[in-house]
Amino acid sequence: MQKKHLSVLIICLALGALFAIVQVGISNGMISGYWVTNLFLMGINIILAASLNLINGFTGEFSLGHAGFMAVGAYAGGVITTNLGLPFPLAIVVGMLAAAVAGVLVGLPTLRLRGDYLAIATLGFGEIVRVVLMNIDYVGGASGLKDIPDVVNWPIIFVSVVLSLLLIKNFVRSSHGRACLAVRENDLAAQMMGVNITYYKVLAFVVGAALAGLAGVLYAHYYTIIQPKEFSFLLTFDVLVMVMVGGLGSLTGSVVGAVLLTTASAFLQAIPELRMVIYALLLIISAIFRPQGLLGEKEVTLRTFQKLGGVFNATSGSKQTQ
Amino acid sequence: MGVAPLLDLEDLNVHYGAIWALKGINLTVGEGEIVSLIGANGAGKSTTLRAISGVIKASSGGISFQGEDITKVPAHDVVKMGIAQVPEGRRVFANLSVLENLELGAYIRKDTKGIKQDLDDVLDRFPRLQERIGQVAGTLSGGEQQMLAIGRALMTRPKLMLLDEPSMGLAPLLVKEIFSIIEEINQEGTTILLVEQNARMALQVASRAYVLETGRIVLDGPAKELAQNEDVKKAYLGG
Repeated sequence: MQKKHLSVLIICLALGALFAIVQVGISNGMISGYWVTNLFLMGINIILAASLNLINGFTGEFSLGHAGFMAVGAYAGGVITTNLGLPFPLAIVVGMLAAAVAGVLVGLPTLRLRGDYLAIATLGFGEIVRVVLMNIDYVGGASGLKDIPDVVNWPIIFVSVVLSLLLIKNFVRSSHGRACLAVRENDLAAQMMGVNITYYKVLAFVVGAALAGLAGVLYAHYYTIIQPKEFSFLLTFDVLVMVMVGGLGSLTGSVVGAVLLTTASAFLQAIPELRMVIYALLLIISAIFRPQGLLGEKEVTLRTFQKLGGVFNATSGSKQTQ
Repeated sequence: MGVAPLLDLEDLNVHYGAIWALKGINLTVGEGEIVSLIGANGAGKSTTLRAISGVIKASSGGISFQGEDITKVPAHDVVKMGIAQVPEGRRVFANLSVLENLELGAYIRKDTKGIKQDLDDVLDRFPRLQERIGQVAGTLSGGEQQMLAIGRALMTRPKLMLLDEPSMGLAPLLVKEIFSIIEEINQEGTTILLVEQNARMALQVASRAYVLETGRIVLDGPAKELAQNEDVKKAYLGG
C-alpha cells in the first residue's frame, strides 16, 4: 500500500512541476506565443487522441467520426457562451452532453457494422455534421461562429487533460474496460461470457464522443472563432495518426503520439512547402518499422522509468500509473 | 422421464434469412446428464447451441431452462442463468493473457472468494494453463486453447455447459484427454450438452444422444443403443 501512495505522490509532484514550469514560462514570456499556441493545441490533441483510442484501440470499433463529435462539442459550447451569454463551465457541460448524445445517435444504428463499414458510416456522420453546421445561420453558416469568449488558459487546459486521462485510465482498468477489451478480441466469446456487447459498444462511443466534445469546447474558447471546414475528415485523420503512431490500445501511447506529432507539425510550419511531405514520410517510416505504434499496447509506467535508469532504486515497484 | 428436464427445446425453428436451419427440434437434457448431438456438417448442431445461448434468435418454438422460458433472453443474460458455451473454434481472447481470459470468464460474478477458488480449481485441473498463466492466449497450442476455453466457461460456474466440437483439430491423444476432462467436469455436477463430429467419442461419453440431419432430429436414444444402430454405424462410425 505504501508503495502505491509513494507512486501517486511522485506522479502528483511531476505533474505539479510540469504545470508550474509552463505557467511561469508563459507568464514571464519565456515561452513564445507561437509555442504557447502549440502547447494548448497539444493538450487538445492529447484529449482527442486518447478518446479516439478508447473507441478504436480498446473497444476495436474503427470510428472515423471524431471531427464530427468535436464539432458538435465546439458549436454547442460556443452557442452557450457566445449566443446565449452563459458562463464557460456550462459550455463544457453542454458541449460534452451534446457530443455524448451524438455518440448514442451514431453508435446505436451503426452497431452491427464492423471494420471498414463502420469507418465509412462514421466518416459520413462527420461530413453530415460539417455540412449541417455550414447551413445553420444561427451559428454563422460557412463563415463560422465568431467572437467566442477567450477564456481558455493553461490551468484549464492542464486540468482538462489530466482529468480526461484519469477518466479513461480508470475506465480501461475497470471491469467496463475489460468488457470493452473482450468485445475487441472476440465479440461472440464476449457475449458468451455475459458481456452485453451492445451496451459496451455504445458506451465506448459515448465516452469517447463526450471527451471529443470537451476538446471541441476548449478549441472554440481558445481560438475564439470556429468554422465548419476546420472539422473536416482531415482532422479525424490527424488524430487517428497520433493514435496509430503512439500505439492502438495504449493510453500513454496516445499522449506520446499527440505530443510528437503536434511538435513535429509545429517545427515544420517553418517550411510550409515541405511540411506535408515530411509529415507523410514520418508516417510511412513509422508504419514500416513500427506498425504496432511506438508503444504497441504497452503503457509507460513509473516501473518503466525504474527499469530504464534505476531512478527509484528497485524499492518502489509500482503499477500505479498507466 | 419423471423429473422435469434441466433444458427443454420444444419445436424449435431457426432461420438464417431464407435458409431454414432448424426444422422443429425437440430435445431435452436432464440434470447431471451428458447428452451428445451428432451429425454431419451443416446439419444444424452449432445452430442449436447458438439458439440455446441466445446468440441467434429462434423464429418459433420454445427453449426452457429449469422450467423458465429463455427463448427471448439475450445472450449476456443467459450466461447469468447458468448456461456457459464453449464455442466452436475455441475463440479465446487472443491478445489477452491466460489469466485475463480466465478472469473474463468470471465477468458476471461478484463473489471475489468464489472466483479465487474456481480459478485455483481450473488451474489445478489444467496444469498446462498454470505454466502459461502470463502468456498471451493466441500463442497457445490448439489443445491448450481448448483447455483455456473450457476453463473460461467453468469460471462462469455453469449448471449447464454447451460444448461445440471440442475435438476439432486436435491430435487423437489430446482428444482423449479433453473428453476425460469433460467426463470429470460432469461427475462434479455440471450437466453437459455436447456437439460433435467425432461421433465415436461423443457416443462413448454420453448417456443419451440425438442424431441431427439437415435441421431435423432423425434418431435419438441411449448412446449405447445408437452406437449399435446400423444406420448410425454406416453414416457416422465408418461402417
